[in-house]
Amino acid sequence: MQRNNSQDVLCERETQLQALLLRGLSGDARAYREFLAALALHLRGFLRRRLAQRPAEVEDLLQEVLLAVHNARETYQPQQPLTAWVQAIARYKLVDYLRRYGQRETRHESLEEDSDLFAASDEAPAEARRDLGKLLGQLPERQRLPIVHVKLEGLSVEETARITGLSSSAVKVGIHRGLKALARLIRGSDDDENR
Amino acid sequence: MMKTDELIDLLASGEGPVDRHALARRLAQALLGGLLGALLLTVALYGVRSDLAEVARTPVFWAKLALPGSLALLGLWLTQRLARPGVKGGAVWGLLGVPLLLVWLGAAISLAGAPVEARAELVFGRTWRTCALNITLLSAPLFVAVFWALRGLAPTRLRQAGAAGGLLAGATATLAYCLHCPEMEVPFWGVWYLLGMLLPTALGAALGPRLLRW
Repeated sequence: MQRNNSQDVLCERETQLQALLLRGLSGDARAYREFLAALALHLRGFLRRRLAQRPAEVEDLLQEVLLAVHNARETYQPQQPLTAWVQAIARYKLVDYLRRYGQRETRHESLEEDSDLFAASDEAPAEARRDLGKLLGQLPERQRLPIVHVKLEGLSVEETARITGLSSSAVKVGIHRGLKALARLIRGSDDDENR
Repeated sequence: MMKTDELIDLLASGEGPVDRHALARRLAQALLGGLLGALLLTVALYGVRSDLAEVARTPVFWAKLALPGSLALLGLWLTQRLARPGVKGGAVWGLLGVPLLLVWLGAAISLAGAPVEARAELVFGRTWRTCALNITLLSAPLFVAVFWALRGLAPTRLRQAGAAGGLLAGATATLAYCLHCPEMEVPFWGVWYLLGMLLPTALGAALGPRLLRW
Protein backbone atom coordinates (compact mmCIF):
# COMPACT_ATOMS: atom_id res chain seq x y z
CA MET A 1 0.00 0.00 0.00
CA GLN A 2 2.82 2.31 0.99
CA ARG A 3 4.45 1.75 -2.35
CA ASN A 4 1.25 2.36 -4.23
CA ASN A 5 0.77 5.61 -2.39
CA SER A 6 4.22 6.91 -3.22
CA GLN A 7 3.72 5.93 -6.84
CA ASP A 8 0.44 7.81 -6.86
CA VAL A 9 2.21 10.86 -5.51
CA LEU A 10 4.87 10.65 -8.22
CA CYS A 11 2.23 10.19 -10.84
CA GLU A 12 0.26 13.15 -9.62
CA ARG A 13 3.38 15.31 -9.52
CA GLU A 14 4.22 14.32 -13.06
CA THR A 15 0.72 15.23 -14.24
CA GLN A 16 0.77 18.57 -12.45
CA LEU A 17 4.19 19.56 -13.71
CA GLN A 18 3.39 18.45 -17.21
CA ALA A 19 0.18 20.47 -17.26
CA LEU A 20 2.10 23.55 -16.14
CA LEU A 21 4.79 23.03 -18.75
CA LEU A 22 2.28 22.49 -21.55
CA ARG A 23 0.42 25.66 -20.57
CA GLY A 24 3.77 27.43 -20.46
CA LEU A 25 4.70 26.16 -23.91
CA SER A 26 1.47 27.50 -25.32
CA GLY A 27 2.40 30.97 -24.06
CA ASP A 28 1.22 31.16 -20.43
CA ALA A 29 4.22 32.83 -18.80
CA ARG A 30 2.81 32.45 -15.26
CA ALA A 31 2.31 28.73 -15.64
CA TYR A 32 5.80 28.46 -17.09
CA ARG A 33 7.26 30.32 -14.15
CA GLU A 34 5.40 28.06 -11.76
CA PHE A 35 6.68 25.03 -13.66
CA LEU A 36 10.30 26.19 -13.40
CA ALA A 37 9.94 26.98 -9.71
CA ALA A 38 8.41 23.58 -8.92
CA LEU A 39 10.99 21.86 -11.07
CA ALA A 40 13.78 23.70 -9.27
CA LEU A 41 12.63 22.19 -5.97
CA HIS A 42 12.77 18.65 -7.34
CA LEU A 43 16.03 19.22 -9.15
CA ARG A 44 17.66 20.68 -6.07
CA GLY A 45 16.93 17.48 -4.20
CA PHE A 46 18.09 15.36 -7.12
CA LEU A 47 21.39 17.23 -7.42
CA ARG A 48 21.97 17.49 -3.69
CA ARG A 49 21.85 13.71 -3.37
CA ARG A 50 24.36 13.35 -6.17
CA LEU A 51 26.70 16.16 -5.16
CA ALA A 52 26.76 15.32 -1.45
CA GLN A 53 30.48 16.09 -1.29
CA ARG A 54 30.15 19.50 -2.88
CA PRO A 55 26.99 21.12 -1.53
CA ALA A 56 28.25 24.56 -2.56
CA GLU A 57 28.04 23.60 -6.21
CA VAL A 58 24.43 22.44 -6.12
CA GLU A 59 22.87 25.82 -6.78
CA ASP A 60 25.27 26.54 -9.60
CA LEU A 61 24.52 23.30 -11.37
CA LEU A 62 20.80 23.67 -10.67
CA GLN A 63 20.86 26.93 -12.61
CA GLU A 64 22.71 25.25 -15.46
CA VAL A 65 20.05 22.55 -15.61
CA LEU A 66 17.20 25.08 -15.52
CA LEU A 67 18.83 26.98 -18.34
CA ALA A 68 19.21 23.74 -20.29
CA VAL A 69 15.58 22.80 -19.68
CA HIS A 70 14.55 26.22 -20.93
CA ASN A 71 16.71 26.01 -24.04
CA ALA A 72 15.56 22.47 -24.82
CA ARG A 73 11.86 23.16 -24.27
CA GLU A 74 11.11 22.90 -27.98
CA THR A 75 12.12 19.24 -27.93
CA TYR A 76 9.48 18.21 -25.39
CA GLN A 77 6.57 16.22 -26.78
CA PRO A 78 3.37 15.83 -24.75
CA GLN A 79 3.30 12.05 -25.15
CA GLN A 80 6.71 11.68 -23.49
CA PRO A 81 6.85 11.30 -19.71
CA LEU A 82 8.11 14.61 -18.37
CA THR A 83 10.24 12.85 -15.78
CA ALA A 84 12.22 11.01 -18.44
CA TRP A 85 12.81 14.20 -20.38
CA VAL A 86 13.91 16.25 -17.37
CA GLN A 87 16.05 13.47 -15.92
CA ALA A 88 17.89 13.01 -19.19
CA ILE A 89 18.73 16.72 -19.23
CA ALA A 90 19.73 16.81 -15.57
CA ARG A 91 21.88 13.71 -15.89
CA TYR A 92 23.53 15.03 -19.03
CA LYS A 93 24.42 18.30 -17.30
CA LEU A 94 25.57 16.50 -14.18
CA VAL A 95 27.93 14.23 -16.11
CA ASP A 96 29.19 17.19 -18.13
CA TYR A 97 29.77 19.11 -14.93
CA LEU A 98 31.59 16.27 -13.19
CA ARG A 99 33.86 15.82 -16.18
CA ARG A 100 34.73 19.50 -16.27
CA TYR A 101 35.20 19.55 -12.53
CA GLY A 102 37.57 16.60 -12.76
CA GLN A 103 39.62 18.34 -15.41
CA ARG A 104 39.82 21.51 -13.37
CA GLU A 105 40.86 19.64 -10.25
CA THR A 106 43.77 17.97 -11.97
CA ARG A 107 44.95 21.21 -13.55
CA HIS A 108 45.34 23.25 -10.42
CA GLU A 109 44.20 23.12 -6.87
CA SER A 110 41.90 26.04 -6.32
CA LEU A 111 42.95 28.25 -3.43
CA GLU A 112 40.33 29.60 -1.14
CA GLU A 113 40.39 33.36 -1.37
CA ASP A 114 40.46 34.73 2.14
CA SER A 115 41.96 38.15 1.64
CA ASP A 116 39.07 40.58 2.03
CA LEU A 117 40.84 42.33 4.94
CA PHE A 118 41.90 45.27 2.79
CA ALA A 119 39.19 44.95 0.20
CA ALA A 120 36.75 47.45 1.64
CA SER A 121 37.96 51.02 1.54
CA ASP A 122 36.25 54.41 1.49
CA GLU A 123 36.84 54.80 -2.17
CA ALA A 124 35.05 51.61 -2.97
CA PRO A 125 31.68 53.10 -4.03
CA ALA A 126 33.31 55.68 -6.26
CA GLU A 127 35.42 53.09 -7.93
CA ALA A 128 32.69 50.56 -8.20
CA ARG A 129 31.22 51.92 -11.38
CA ARG A 130 34.56 52.30 -13.11
CA ASP A 131 35.63 48.85 -11.99
CA LEU A 132 32.38 47.35 -13.16
CA GLY A 133 32.98 48.93 -16.53
CA LYS A 134 36.45 47.43 -16.60
CA LEU A 135 35.18 44.01 -15.60
CA LEU A 136 32.36 44.16 -18.12
CA GLY A 137 34.91 45.01 -20.76
CA GLN A 138 36.48 41.62 -20.21
CA LEU A 139 33.29 39.79 -21.09
CA PRO A 140 32.50 38.73 -24.64
CA GLU A 141 29.88 40.88 -26.35
CA ARG A 142 27.13 38.27 -26.19
CA GLN A 143 27.37 38.41 -22.38
CA ARG A 144 28.25 42.07 -21.92
CA LEU A 145 25.45 43.58 -24.01
CA PRO A 146 22.63 41.62 -22.33
CA ILE A 147 23.94 42.60 -18.89
CA VAL A 148 24.36 46.25 -19.83
CA HIS A 149 20.91 46.53 -21.38
CA VAL A 150 18.86 44.41 -18.99
CA LYS A 151 20.67 44.71 -15.69
CA LEU A 152 22.10 48.26 -15.92
CA GLU A 153 19.73 50.09 -18.24
CA GLY A 154 16.65 48.17 -17.15
CA LEU A 155 15.43 47.23 -20.62
CA SER A 156 13.35 44.10 -21.08
CA VAL A 157 14.72 40.91 -22.57
CA GLU A 158 12.74 41.43 -25.78
CA GLU A 159 13.96 44.98 -26.24
CA THR A 160 17.51 43.83 -25.70
CA ALA A 161 17.03 41.02 -28.19
CA ARG A 162 15.82 43.55 -30.75
CA ILE A 163 18.71 45.95 -30.15
CA THR A 164 21.45 43.35 -30.15
CA GLY A 165 20.04 41.03 -32.79
CA LEU A 166 20.41 38.09 -30.38
CA SER A 167 17.53 35.69 -29.78
CA SER A 168 15.78 36.20 -26.46
CA SER A 169 17.10 32.81 -25.35
CA ALA A 170 20.62 34.00 -26.12
CA VAL A 171 20.03 37.18 -24.10
CA LYS A 172 18.96 35.10 -21.11
CA VAL A 173 21.89 32.75 -21.43
CA GLY A 174 24.20 35.74 -21.83
CA ILE A 175 22.97 37.38 -18.64
CA HIS A 176 23.30 34.19 -16.67
CA ARG A 177 26.74 33.24 -17.93
CA GLY A 178 27.92 36.85 -17.83
CA LEU A 179 26.94 37.32 -14.20
CA LYS A 180 28.70 34.10 -13.32
CA ALA A 181 31.79 35.24 -15.16
CA LEU A 182 31.67 38.62 -13.38
CA ALA A 183 31.45 36.91 -10.01
CA ARG A 184 34.51 34.89 -10.92
CA LEU A 185 36.39 37.99 -12.06
CA ILE A 186 35.54 39.76 -8.82
CA ARG A 187 36.73 36.80 -6.78
CA GLY A 188 39.87 36.93 -8.85
CA SER A 189 39.85 33.27 -9.78
CA ASP A 190 40.36 32.21 -13.34
CA ASP A 191 38.32 29.09 -13.82
CA ASP A 192 37.76 28.94 -17.50
CA GLU A 193 34.54 27.01 -17.50
CA ASN A 194 32.97 29.92 -19.29
CA ARG A 195 32.10 28.44 -22.65
CA MET B 1 26.07 34.74 -8.82
CA MET B 2 22.47 35.19 -9.75
CA LYS B 3 19.88 33.80 -7.36
CA THR B 4 17.93 30.86 -8.68
CA ASP B 5 14.62 32.68 -8.27
CA GLU B 6 15.93 35.55 -10.34
CA LEU B 7 17.03 33.15 -13.02
CA ILE B 8 13.57 31.60 -13.08
CA ASP B 9 11.98 35.03 -13.43
CA LEU B 10 14.37 35.83 -16.21
CA LEU B 11 13.72 32.59 -18.05
CA ALA B 12 9.95 32.90 -17.75
CA SER B 13 9.79 36.54 -18.78
CA GLY B 14 8.46 37.48 -22.17
CA GLU B 15 8.11 33.99 -23.56
CA GLY B 16 5.56 33.64 -26.30
CA PRO B 17 4.12 30.30 -27.33
CA VAL B 18 6.65 27.73 -28.47
CA ASP B 19 6.45 26.34 -31.98
CA ARG B 20 5.32 22.72 -31.55
CA HIS B 21 6.93 21.69 -34.81
CA ALA B 22 10.21 23.45 -34.24
CA LEU B 23 12.20 20.21 -34.29
CA ALA B 24 10.60 18.88 -37.47
CA ARG B 25 10.98 22.25 -39.15
CA ARG B 26 14.63 22.53 -38.24
CA LEU B 27 15.45 19.03 -39.49
CA ALA B 28 13.45 19.58 -42.69
CA GLN B 29 15.31 22.83 -43.37
CA ALA B 30 18.65 21.14 -42.82
CA LEU B 31 17.74 18.18 -44.99
CA LEU B 32 16.45 20.26 -47.89
CA GLY B 33 19.41 22.62 -47.79
CA GLY B 34 21.89 19.77 -47.55
CA LEU B 35 20.19 17.77 -50.30
CA LEU B 36 20.26 20.78 -52.59
CA GLY B 37 23.97 21.09 -51.90
CA ALA B 38 24.54 17.40 -52.63
CA LEU B 39 22.54 17.58 -55.89
CA LEU B 40 24.49 20.62 -57.06
CA LEU B 41 27.76 18.90 -56.21
CA THR B 42 26.67 15.77 -58.10
CA VAL B 43 25.85 17.76 -61.21
CA ALA B 44 28.93 19.95 -60.98
CA LEU B 45 31.51 17.27 -60.12
CA TYR B 46 30.20 14.10 -61.75
CA GLY B 47 27.38 15.01 -64.13
CA VAL B 48 24.01 13.30 -64.50
CA ARG B 49 24.17 9.99 -66.35
CA SER B 50 23.03 10.49 -69.93
CA ASP B 51 20.58 7.58 -69.95
CA LEU B 52 18.81 8.63 -66.75
CA ALA B 53 15.41 9.03 -68.40
CA GLU B 54 15.49 5.47 -69.79
CA VAL B 55 16.95 3.93 -66.66
CA ALA B 56 14.32 5.63 -64.52
CA ARG B 57 11.70 3.45 -66.21
CA THR B 58 13.34 0.22 -65.07
CA PRO B 59 12.48 -1.38 -61.72
CA VAL B 60 16.13 -2.02 -60.95
CA PHE B 61 16.79 1.74 -60.78
CA TRP B 62 14.11 2.08 -58.12
CA ALA B 63 15.43 -0.93 -56.28
CA LYS B 64 18.75 0.87 -56.24
CA LEU B 65 17.14 4.01 -54.79
CA ALA B 66 15.27 1.93 -52.23
CA LEU B 67 18.48 1.01 -50.41
CA PRO B 68 19.68 4.54 -49.56
CA GLY B 69 16.06 5.72 -49.44
CA SER B 70 15.09 3.31 -46.67
CA LEU B 71 18.32 3.96 -44.78
CA ALA B 72 17.76 7.72 -45.05
CA LEU B 73 14.26 7.34 -43.60
CA LEU B 74 15.55 5.24 -40.73
CA GLY B 75 18.39 7.72 -40.22
CA LEU B 76 15.87 10.55 -40.07
CA TRP B 77 13.75 8.63 -37.59
CA LEU B 78 16.78 7.94 -35.39
CA THR B 79 18.02 11.51 -35.64
CA GLN B 80 14.73 13.07 -34.59
CA ARG B 81 14.47 10.61 -31.70
CA LEU B 82 18.02 11.14 -30.47
CA ALA B 83 17.64 14.92 -30.76
CA ARG B 84 15.30 14.77 -27.75
CA PRO B 85 16.46 14.22 -24.17
CA GLY B 86 15.37 10.88 -22.78
CA VAL B 87 14.37 9.27 -26.09
CA LYS B 88 16.44 6.26 -27.12
CA GLY B 89 17.25 5.01 -30.58
CA GLY B 90 16.22 1.60 -29.30
CA ALA B 91 14.71 -0.88 -31.74
CA VAL B 92 15.08 1.53 -34.66
CA TRP B 93 18.79 0.71 -34.72
CA GLY B 94 17.80 -2.92 -35.25
CA LEU B 95 15.54 -2.02 -38.18
CA LEU B 96 18.62 -0.89 -40.07
CA GLY B 97 19.34 -4.60 -40.47
CA VAL B 98 16.34 -5.08 -42.77
CA PRO B 99 17.62 -3.15 -45.82
CA LEU B 100 21.10 -4.55 -45.19
CA LEU B 101 19.84 -8.14 -45.18
CA LEU B 102 17.71 -7.53 -48.26
CA VAL B 103 20.55 -6.06 -50.30
CA TRP B 104 22.92 -8.84 -49.25
CA LEU B 105 20.29 -11.43 -50.06
CA GLY B 106 19.82 -9.87 -53.49
CA ALA B 107 23.59 -9.77 -53.95
CA ALA B 108 23.91 -13.45 -53.00
CA ILE B 109 21.22 -14.46 -55.48
CA SER B 110 22.82 -12.37 -58.21
CA LEU B 111 26.26 -13.81 -57.53
CA ALA B 112 24.99 -17.38 -57.30
CA GLY B 113 23.32 -17.07 -60.69
CA ALA B 114 26.41 -15.72 -62.41
CA PRO B 115 29.35 -17.70 -63.81
CA VAL B 116 32.38 -17.65 -61.54
CA GLU B 117 34.52 -15.54 -63.86
CA ALA B 118 31.80 -12.83 -64.04
CA ARG B 119 31.40 -12.45 -60.28
CA ALA B 120 34.22 -10.03 -59.67
CA GLU B 121 32.73 -7.73 -62.27
CA LEU B 122 29.39 -7.75 -60.41
CA VAL B 123 31.04 -6.72 -57.15
CA PHE B 124 33.60 -4.25 -58.43
CA GLY B 125 31.82 -2.79 -61.45
CA ARG B 126 33.79 -0.01 -63.08
CA THR B 127 33.76 2.58 -60.34
CA TRP B 128 34.53 0.76 -57.09
CA ARG B 129 37.63 2.83 -56.50
CA THR B 130 35.74 6.10 -56.31
CA CYS B 131 32.17 5.21 -55.32
CA ALA B 132 32.45 5.25 -51.53
CA LEU B 133 34.62 8.37 -51.50
CA ASN B 134 32.30 10.18 -53.89
CA ILE B 135 29.37 9.45 -51.61
CA THR B 136 31.33 10.64 -48.60
CA LEU B 137 32.24 13.86 -50.39
CA LEU B 138 28.62 14.45 -51.42
CA SER B 139 27.51 13.92 -47.85
CA ALA B 140 29.58 16.90 -46.66
CA PRO B 141 26.88 19.58 -47.15
CA LEU B 142 24.27 17.28 -45.61
CA PHE B 143 26.56 16.45 -42.73
CA VAL B 144 27.11 20.11 -41.93
CA ALA B 145 23.40 20.88 -42.22
CA VAL B 146 22.24 17.95 -40.09
CA PHE B 147 24.80 18.70 -37.39
CA TRP B 148 23.71 22.34 -37.44
CA ALA B 149 20.15 21.15 -36.81
CA LEU B 150 21.24 18.80 -34.03
CA ARG B 151 23.24 21.52 -32.33
CA GLY B 152 20.10 23.58 -32.00
CA LEU B 153 18.24 20.65 -30.41
CA ALA B 154 19.09 18.74 -27.27
CA PRO B 155 20.76 15.37 -27.87
CA THR B 156 21.96 13.70 -24.67
CA ARG B 157 23.52 10.59 -26.25
CA LEU B 158 26.03 12.42 -28.35
CA ARG B 159 27.78 9.51 -30.00
CA GLN B 160 24.55 7.85 -31.08
CA ALA B 161 23.04 11.13 -32.23
CA GLY B 162 26.20 11.83 -34.23
CA ALA B 163 26.05 8.39 -35.84
CA ALA B 164 22.37 8.81 -36.70
CA GLY B 165 23.04 12.25 -38.20
CA GLY B 166 25.98 10.87 -40.19
CA LEU B 167 23.84 8.01 -41.49
CA LEU B 168 21.11 10.45 -42.51
CA ALA B 169 23.68 12.59 -44.32
CA GLY B 170 25.36 9.62 -46.03
CA ALA B 171 22.16 7.91 -47.13
CA THR B 172 20.66 11.12 -48.51
CA ALA B 173 23.91 11.87 -50.34
CA THR B 174 23.73 8.39 -51.89
CA LEU B 175 20.29 9.22 -53.28
CA ALA B 176 21.81 12.26 -54.98
CA TYR B 177 24.71 10.16 -56.26
CA CYS B 178 22.25 7.78 -57.95
CA LEU B 179 21.68 10.51 -60.55
CA HIS B 180 25.23 9.91 -61.70
CA CYS B 181 26.28 6.41 -60.70
CA PRO B 182 26.24 4.00 -63.66
CA GLU B 183 26.43 0.80 -61.58
CA MET B 184 23.30 -1.36 -61.80
CA GLU B 185 24.38 -4.57 -60.05
CA VAL B 186 23.09 -5.45 -56.60
CA PRO B 187 26.42 -6.84 -55.30
CA PHE B 188 28.07 -3.51 -56.10
CA TRP B 189 25.54 -1.57 -54.01
CA GLY B 190 25.81 -4.12 -51.24
CA VAL B 191 29.48 -3.30 -50.81
CA TRP B 192 30.36 0.17 -52.08
CA TYR B 193 27.15 2.06 -51.40
CA LEU B 194 27.11 0.69 -47.90
CA LEU B 195 30.74 1.60 -47.41
CA GLY B 196 29.99 5.11 -48.70
CA MET B 197 27.22 5.48 -46.12
CA LEU B 198 29.25 3.87 -43.38
CA LEU B 199 32.05 6.46 -43.61
CA PRO B 200 29.88 9.49 -42.72
CA THR B 201 28.13 7.39 -40.06
CA ALA B 202 31.44 6.53 -38.42
CA LEU B 203 32.57 10.14 -38.75
CA GLY B 204 29.37 11.28 -37.06
CA ALA B 205 29.89 8.82 -34.21
CA ALA B 206 33.49 10.00 -33.81
CA LEU B 207 32.68 13.72 -33.90
CA GLY B 208 29.33 13.65 -32.10
CA PRO B 209 30.65 13.95 -28.55
CA ARG B 210 32.72 16.97 -29.52
CA LEU B 211 30.43 18.78 -31.97
CA LEU B 212 27.09 18.21 -30.28
CA ARG B 213 27.96 19.26 -26.71
CA TRP B 214 25.68 21.89 -25.26
